[in-house]
Amino acid sequence: MRFWLLIFFLVSPAFSWCQVRISGKVTDTRKNPLYGVSIAIKDSYDGTITDSAGNFSFSSSETGNQVLVASLQGYATFQKTISLSPPVQPLDILLKELITELKAVTITAGSFEASDTKRSAVLNSIDVATTAGANADIVGALKTLPGAQQVGESEGLFVRGGSAAESKIFMDGSLVNNFFYSSIPGIATRGRFNPFLFKGTVFSSGGYSAQYGQALSAALILESKDLPDQTEANLSVSVIGLGGGIQKLAKNKRASWGLTYNYTNLGLAFAVIKQKQDYFKKPEYHEADANFRIKTKTGGFVKYYGYLSWNRLGFRTADIDSFALKDVFKLENLNTFQNLTWKDKLGGGWRFQTGLSFSTNKDDIGNELNDEDGQKLIITNPIVYALKNFNVHNRDKYAQARAVVEKKLFALNKLRIGSEYLYSEETTNYVDFQGALFQQTVKDNFFAAFSESDLYITNNIAARVGVRAEHTAILDRWNLAPRVSVSYKLNNSGQFSFAWGIFYQNPERKYLPAAVPNLHFSKAIHYILQYQKMSPERVFRAEAFYKQYSDLYKTSPNLVTGQESVSNNNGYGYARGIEFFWRDKKSVKNLDYWISYSFLDTKRDYLNYPVEMQPNFAAKHTASLVLKKFVIKWKTGFNASYSFASGRPYFNIQYDPVADKYNLRDKGRTINYNALGFSMNYLPHLGKKNAKMFSVLVLTVNNVLGQKQVFGYNYASLNDHKVPITPTSKRFVFIGWFMNFGIDRTEDAINNNL
Amino acid sequence: MKKILFIAVFITIGSGLFAQSGKYIKAMEANIAALDSSFKNPQDLLAVANSFERIADKEKNQWLPYYWAGYCQVIYCYMVTDKSGIDPLADKAEKLLNKADSLQPNNSEISCVLSMLATARMLVDPQTRYMQYGMQADNYLGKAILQNPENPRPYFLRGQGLRHTPEQFGGGCKTAMEQLKIAAEKFGSFKPASAIDPNWGEKQNQALINECNK
Repeated sequence: MRFWLLIFFLVSPAFSWCQVRISGKVTDTRKNPLYGVSIAIKDSYDGTITDSAGNFSFSSSETGNQVLVASLQGYATFQKTISLSPPVQPLDILLKELITELKAVTITAGSFEASDTKRSAVLNSIDVATTAGANADIVGALKTLPGAQQVGESEGLFVRGGSAAESKIFMDGSLVNNFFYSSIPGIATRGRFNPFLFKGTVFSSGGYSAQYGQALSAALILESKDLPDQTEANLSVSVIGLGGGIQKLAKNKRASWGLTYNYTNLGLAFAVIKQKQDYFKKPEYHEADANFRIKTKTGGFVKYYGYLSWNRLGFRTADIDSFALKDVFKLENLNTFQNLTWKDKLGGGWRFQTGLSFSTNKDDIGNELNDEDGQKLIITNPIVYALKNFNVHNRDKYAQARAVVEKKLFALNKLRIGSEYLYSEETTNYVDFQGALFQQTVKDNFFAAFSESDLYITNNIAARVGVRAEHTAILDRWNLAPRVSVSYKLNNSGQFSFAWGIFYQNPERKYLPAAVPNLHFSKAIHYILQYQKMSPERVFRAEAFYKQYSDLYKTSPNLVTGQESVSNNNGYGYARGIEFFWRDKKSVKNLDYWISYSFLDTKRDYLNYPVEMQPNFAAKHTASLVLKKFVIKWKTGFNASYSFASGRPYFNIQYDPVADKYNLRDKGRTINYNALGFSMNYLPHLGKKNAKMFSVLVLTVNNVLGQKQVFGYNYASLNDHKVPITPTSKRFVFIGWFMNFGIDRTEDAINNNL
Repeated sequence: MKKILFIAVFITIGSGLFAQSGKYIKAMEANIAALDSSFKNPQDLLAVANSFERIADKEKNQWLPYYWAGYCQVIYCYMVTDKSGIDPLADKAEKLLNKADSLQPNNSEISCVLSMLATARMLVDPQTRYMQYGMQADNYLGKAILQNPENPRPYFLRGQGLRHTPEQFGGGCKTAMEQLKIAAEKFGSFKPASAIDPNWGEKQNQALINECNK
């Protein structure tokens, strides 16, 4: 007895030797077989994976009731209790797909994303910096994308038949009021900010999110970088100036601060490259910025960015109304921008994002008529000569507060609610030739609230539905702007997107104060249909759009100051077109290129236009080819870009005081625009392990072929004489050396690795 | 009688436990033996990976099955031709390796596989991802060496990486050889803790040396 008991206990583990066969098939809800599904008897070693037909079969030595588990990344795990007494019937298992970020469709209609991390990105920050012809200017690079116009006579983003004022630029949610350097007649100024400040850029050429407003055409949404990878210092020397900076990363890698300073003086470059303008004060810029970034315990970020810039210039150009006289233009600008943001998690699926920004801008502009010897001249008969002598002093202040909360609902669904408040105070002091001062201050208290939700119906269909309400003190009115965007993913990595939305905008500052009360918001309705097919190495996108403008502002002249101001809301217009984009990094080794083409048909009646017509900032056909090739052997990147735009209209509109209306005295079309840009980056320290320094030598040439470019015409006041607006020089060459010193990088690597 | 019964029960439990751990070792050994041939066929590799994962989930506090499951998933990432499919696979591998790491913190072998994983992610789009994942991969190797200076695998992986990096970027056979030679030396004296502990890479290391010696 005792003996048998002992034997019984000793052999008990061996009872599991008999085996049972388990088989079946796994499909998704659409009956497509699933490959690689893990099939297991819970808490045992037994199991297998499905083959490409979704079938599985394995033996188990377990007995009795057991839990069978079928799991696959991206699908809800299936569990079922089965009895393992033979024979086990074949199992039919259905796995439900989970809505996950990696698989779900991304909403892309109307927007181009440049990001270093996101999947939906079309460009990254290095692309922006190395696009030939763009001179490391963010907007310059965006001009090679469909939707943007090649406008060379004034700054800004002209998108899909919209004026520059219809595009707004946001940094970490805050509106940047003076993104570009102050306007200079006949010259497109650059953006103030370095592209390497940003880790993500969304260029939305229409149908953008309800989180943003006051832009009838486009939004450029910039997101600043998080912590730097390491502590580093940098230095730059170029034909146009000097600069240096430091980014210090805290030892615990949770905080950083940085400072940079740049001095730019175009004197040397202008001595070599002849300018159209005769400069008596060479453009000179002092710029400094400061930042700090703190990563919070919950993974959030507090970020501060402060910017200060002072610049001045002065030049003479030939006066258009005479043979020998000169027009003098002088500008001195002081600009500050400060932005403090905090985004964080609150727990329970809640997140928030808040921001405070404050900026100021001070322009002192002087205009004079000079004789041949550079002496100031006041000719009062006819009066047009005397009117060329004036000074303008602009003093602007802006403040913004913004808060957005986001609640994550089931799966990827999200709800965002937010609000923003903007204060602006813009004072213009105009001093006429007799010294009389005309002062105007325009203040606005602007309030907006919005709500937006991301709805994922399946991994293949997603929608973003939002609504925005705004109130402005300038018009003392409310508006309500609904926006919808839907994306549908096909099975072959292609997707269709549709966007619709209503967009409102206040009058531009330069046409305020208005001549009449009771004005409305100007309005645009966007309809966008997009097809996109994307892989990590190739992107194809086609987009058709229709934009309907109504309540555009019309202007009339103030008979005392001659200033044009808003007089009614009777303007209207439309823009429609089709755009293509193709980027390919795969077909030719080490060659990356993109092609974009835009067709635009647009007409509008706004401001002082006597009739509905194609605006002077809109070309019918625009195309760009951008090439980037890195030759590893030479450690050098070669970049080229070719841009083409068909001729744009130009016209001479003059006010007839007797009939009290504007007349079109002359019109025409400019020659086609062609430009070849080239740049080279040589990285001599590439591959030198543990090198303390990393540097880049840059050479860029704009308009390599010296092709003739005409952006429009300026008209004389007294007759129909016209002068073409052309680039300031035939071509421009930039040579610079950018050095980066990673302070104790090797030490860092060892210290922080344990 | 009671005494004997007690002894009997004791023996039974003891032998059961022994059988159980014997089964674990056996299953692990069988999988590791299957690994070599599975490298030729992605489906076989995935099957082995899943087998390791089942063992891991059953055993719950053994780091090795999670390590090997993660290792297989990382190798599988390199075998996938559709680049857009790599990120979800890499996520899966990372989960397994994180589990291994929580059971066996500060392990040089896990750091090696995490480095291979970062490289797999980098290769999806090298131009864009080099800064993030290329540096991460290198940092993990640094970590692996500090965690166990006698482990040959970080040197082998570093050498392998350099071998496939253009000379102008600081790679090529010459720099790779320095690392591969250190690895070969360390492989010579390396003793795995058990038959189911990581002990791979020596053959590949030798193959690279031969390739560079040509």
